[in-house]
Amino acid sequence: MALQAIAFYVMAAATVIAGFCVVSARNPVHSVLWLILSFFSAAGLFVLLGAEFLAMLLVVVYVGAVAVLFLFVVMMLDVDFAALRQGFARYMPLGLLVAMFLAAEMVMVSTAVASRGAAKGNDAPMAAAHSGVTNAEAIGRVLYTDYVYFFQAAGLVLLVAMIGAIVLTLRHKPGVRRQIIMNQVLRTPKSGMTLVNPKVGEGIDA
Amino acid sequence: MIGLSHYLAVAAILFTIGVFGIFVNRKTIIVILMSVELMLLAVNINLVAFSVFLGNVTGQIFAMFVLTVAAAEAAVGLAILVTFFRNRGDIAVDDASVMKG
Repeated sequence: MALQAIAFYVMAAATVIAGFCVVSARNPVHSVLWLILSFFSAAGLFVLLGAEFLAMLLVVVYVGAVAVLFLFVVMMLDVDFAALRQGFARYMPLGLLVAMFLAAEMVMVSTAVASRGAAKGNDAPMAAAHSGVTNAEAIGRVLYTDYVYFFQAAGLVLLVAMIGAIVLTLRHKPGVRRQIIMNQVLRTPKSGMTLVNPKVGEGIDA
Repeated sequence: MIGLSHYLAVAAILFTIGVFGIFVNRKTIIVILMSVELMLLAVNINLVAFSVFLGNVTGQIFAMFVLTVAAAEAAVGLAILVTFFRNRGDIAVDDASVMKG
């Protein structure tokens, strides 16, 4: 139990500190790297909670795809990020004020819910290990039965996002020679070649 | 003993950091997108914590859907950002009002 508490505090601190570094780092590339650390620590928290499947999903989807996407874009765009950081100090006091109020309110509501709400009395995580069903199996049993339409809708969302991203970033460069299959198929011997009968001693005038 | 309130507190702090990041990085749209990702991560921690402590797996399924939408949002957002940069050679979102359709 003590080991679990230590693990929780280490990973929670890593998540929060990395999250703060994401928003305060001067270099956006560093921000992305901190974001990766934050997601990794959050995945550790999920493992601690007994949600292994989502933890692995977080690592694969976020660290493997989204963070790399961010990294690509940050490195691809040649932008003077120092100039964009003007106003950081100006908005800091208001931001801190709003953030502190928000954090205080949310922590108060959270503790109230945890001590008096629906989860009252559930001190220990009801890990799936107790029931003899693995986490992935438990998710799969519900996801492919009760939520199968939502699952399909999620797939559609991803498809639309993929097509949208391609359409937004695709550029047709003029002057690029492309294969036009229709023109190739429609070519006939008549249009493709000419028969000439050259006289002896004279070449063909092209 | 680590209870539900501990996880909820972590999620609340992370969400607050996301809001703070949007406040202080008003011009750097890339950092704004990353702040949104942090906020969605906080929501996911909330969903998973409640799911585990209430013994109901539905919360984890909704966390999965949040993950899906977050990935789609990041892809489309970054695509828009790349297009914006190509058109203007800069990503200062203050100037985005000049686009006008």
